Amino acid sequence: MAYSFPEEVLEHVFSFLSSDRDRNAVSLVCKSWYDIERWCRRRIFVGNCYAVSPEMVIRRFPELRAVEMKGKPHFADFNLVPEGWGAYAYPWIAAMAEAYPFLEEIKLKRMVVTDDTLELISKSCKNFKLLVLTSCEGFTTDGLASIAANCRHLRELDLRESEVEELSGHWLSHFPDSCTSLVSLNISCLGSEVSFSILERLVARSPNLRTLRLNRAVPLERLANLIRRAPQLVELGTGAYSAEIRSDTFSNLADAFSACKQLKALSGFWDVVPSYLPAMYSVCSGITSLNLSYAAIPSTDLVKLISQCQNLQRLWVMDYIEDSGLDVLAASCKDLQELRVFPSDPFGAEPNVSLTEQGLVSVSEGCPKLESVLYFCRQMSNAALIAIAKNRPNFIRFRLCIIDPQAPDYLTLEPLDAGFGAIVEKCKELRRLSMTGLLTDRVFKYIGSHAKKLEMLSIAFAGDSDLGLHHVLSGCDSLRKLEIRDCPFGDKALLANAAKLETMRSLWMSSCSVSFGACKLLAQKMPRLNVEVIDERGPPDSRPESCSVERVYVYRTVASRQRLDMPDFVWTLDEDSSLRYS
Amino acid sequence: MSIPQEHDYIGLSEPLQSEKLSYKMAAAAEGVTPSLNAEKVGVFNLKETELRLGLPGSEAPERKGGIGIGVSLFGKELKDESMCVKNFVSGAKRGFSDAINGAGKWGLSIHGGSAADLGGNGGPNLKEEIPAVKAVEERKNEASITAPASKAQVVGWPPIRSFRKNTLATNTPKKDDVAGKSGSGCLYVKVSMDGAPYLRKINLKTYCSYAEISSALENMFSCFTIGQCGQGLAAKEHLSESHLMDLLHGSEYVLTYEDKDGDWMLVGDVPWEMFTDSCRRLRIMKGSDAIGLAPRTMQKSKSQN
Repeated sequence: MAYSFPEEVLEHVFSFLSSDRDRNAVSLVCKSWYDIERWCRRRIFVGNCYAVSPEMVIRRFPELRAVEMKGKPHFADFNLVPEGWGAYAYPWIAAMAEAYPFLEEIKLKRMVVTDDTLELISKSCKNFKLLVLTSCEGFTTDGLASIAANCRHLRELDLRESEVEELSGHWLSHFPDSCTSLVSLNISCLGSEVSFSILERLVARSPNLRTLRLNRAVPLERLANLIRRAPQLVELGTGAYSAEIRSDTFSNLADAFSACKQLKALSGFWDVVPSYLPAMYSVCSGITSLNLSYAAIPSTDLVKLISQCQNLQRLWVMDYIEDSGLDVLAASCKDLQELRVFPSDPFGAEPNVSLTEQGLVSVSEGCPKLESVLYFCRQMSNAALIAIAKNRPNFIRFRLCIIDPQAPDYLTLEPLDAGFGAIVEKCKELRRLSMTGLLTDRVFKYIGSHAKKLEMLSIAFAGDSDLGLHHVLSGCDSLRKLEIRDCPFGDKALLANAAKLETMRSLWMSSCSVSFGACKLLAQKMPRLNVEVIDERGPPDSRPESCSVERVYVYRTVASRQRLDMPDFVWTLDEDSSLRYS
Repeated sequence: MSIPQEHDYIGLSEPLQSEKLSYKMAAAAEGVTPSLNAEKVGVFNLKETELRLGLPGSEAPERKGGIGIGVSLFGKELKDESMCVKNFVSGAKRGFSDAINGAGKWGLSIHGGSAADLGGNGGPNLKEEIPAVKAVEERKNEASITAPASKAQVVGWPPIRSFRKNTLATNTPKKDDVAGKSGSGCLYVKVSMDGAPYLRKINLKTYCSYAEISSALENMFSCFTIGQCGQGLAAKEHLSESHLMDLLHGSEYVLTYEDKDGDWMLVGDVPWEMFTDSCRRLRIMKGSDAIGLAPRTMQKSKSQN
């Protein structure tokens, strides 16, 4: 006898499951649960657009409303992936626009999005509400104009750090007067002016607007008027924060800020004139997120501002803050959870500010909730790293970038193995780690033994031999993404741990010692991995098999291994084991 | 055949250094992918059917010229050097090989299609055979903690996104008193060419004059033109701004750029510093499309039609 709940009941139960992992688990229970679940899944996340094909997704999930997808590997952010590699959104959007007329949300990261793609979205999805394009490229303001014009119920348009070809600033005027649904607008990545009057009118007729991130071209004099029309704002990104020092501009701005009782996050702050910072003091006590990472202002001014923000949870700042400023941060902001310190002069040979490892040590001591760090500096010591690990075992993300990529411990001139070893040993919940400095195979041994929850690891200019890579691949049980550049890792570790690669999303290796022969072998052994050799020197078979490839990108996939959009510098293995390239 | 010590790849780089040097110089002189010399070919003929920990090619001390010993490259036996050379440099990508190398002053491998520091480092990327070797060697030998001045040239290092890099680069000079030593080493802009299948990126800060950037772009995109870019370029000693149009005139292409205001301007009108300050991207336009940008060009395209 087998009684089961009616489908509707199960569907209702499943509707409380929002996490993909839970839903995936549910779908594995039995065939009928698989079937019920797939019909009621509304959101999907595809971490690698080549891991699966649009057709497969559509076949399995016929009623999606929200799609989130990532394309290029992370190192594409640093120009390590040649242009034209792939990650085109159009094939996905074209298939989904047809299959999901009720699609509401699209979030893309590191993908190539064309104007045609945007137009297709705007015309096919009548109920379209949310578009987030992070680090995308390939579209122009014309594409944005079609979104503005055709998406009658648009709530969010967020262009985080995308590269937009700006043909005109008038795309904003394509939002019809009847469009009052905007909740979030982020145009901070745009370089050129948009029409202020149009922007003001748009803001004025959007009573639900909670997030407004302007671009650098919006001058400070205009900011007050904009804010005044949206006192309900929760997140504000200013434009250029500079103007002639005039008391009426100042008081105007201060008044406008003081009306914003709900403001929690501030960003923007290009070209800051410090005298205008006090205009914001009235909102500081409520601020939880502050992004000053474009503000070139001295430590004293930064500190005056930060010490007003007692409830700060997230701070992004440039190294102008210096160690002294970080001391003040440690003393004032006890709720701090995330700190990012960016370099103001990354290419200079000599330090231009007094920011050292000491600043990070102070913050780790003073801020008990600190769990996420991205820190650029010019010197580091094992002692400091060990102290940081002892102070703050609750780190989840730890990314350290020493400007000189192979800098040793500046006190002892030894490798930084012990320091990073302490980090992975003490911080048992560590999920993401980026390392720099002089590092030997030993640090990888520590990582393999201790970093059991590590999901993403970034390595550059480190290690001595394949043993290093082997430690990582064999020891890190939770590893999903591994990206490596300029390390002497080669074939042995890769082939010995081939099976591990199928448990991960992807592996990136550039300027390492992986031979073409090994790539072929790996692809032959593991039919569900796509082994992409990305090499701009011409066909790999014109060189000996032992020759290292420039880059190899390995990812698991259930789609075909010959993606149709490969450029001529990408090679993958064809089904009949011969070399194939487009 | 000497087996390299498993964990000591460092010492094996020396023998290849001199080759690397001569290879680089040959490339720089010709400005295009040079032909491989005999020794280099020999390195590639080494039999390597088993995977080893050492870097490929690291048993350089004993070079085998043996074609018979060697591996057959997918049915293409290495019958003679010239054939090997041809295979290596074949393909439309040839013109780009030299553009790919960033300055290899670190001895680190420089990869990534977007790096375009052509300062004297032409030639395909054979130096990646010794990627991190030289750098580690330097580090361990010198135990130096000061970075070489040229570290700015390593592609993608430090790991900062382009948006931030460009913002740093365009931070107004009046911040000098704050920054002390303000100014960054790179300003990447995209370069497109009408009709080319993909774009390139170059770092404007690595050039000091219109002449430099013009020849750099020519090298980069030469494989897309029908070889019309001026042969006489190398011969021209000094090139003033006003001669810029002459450089490209033979190829019917016009070099334009998009400035901060979003307008498309003809390259060459303003002083170099002003250009780098305001240039956001470059476009190599077909002469026929450039009507309205420069009267001279219009005349030319009219006369050519």
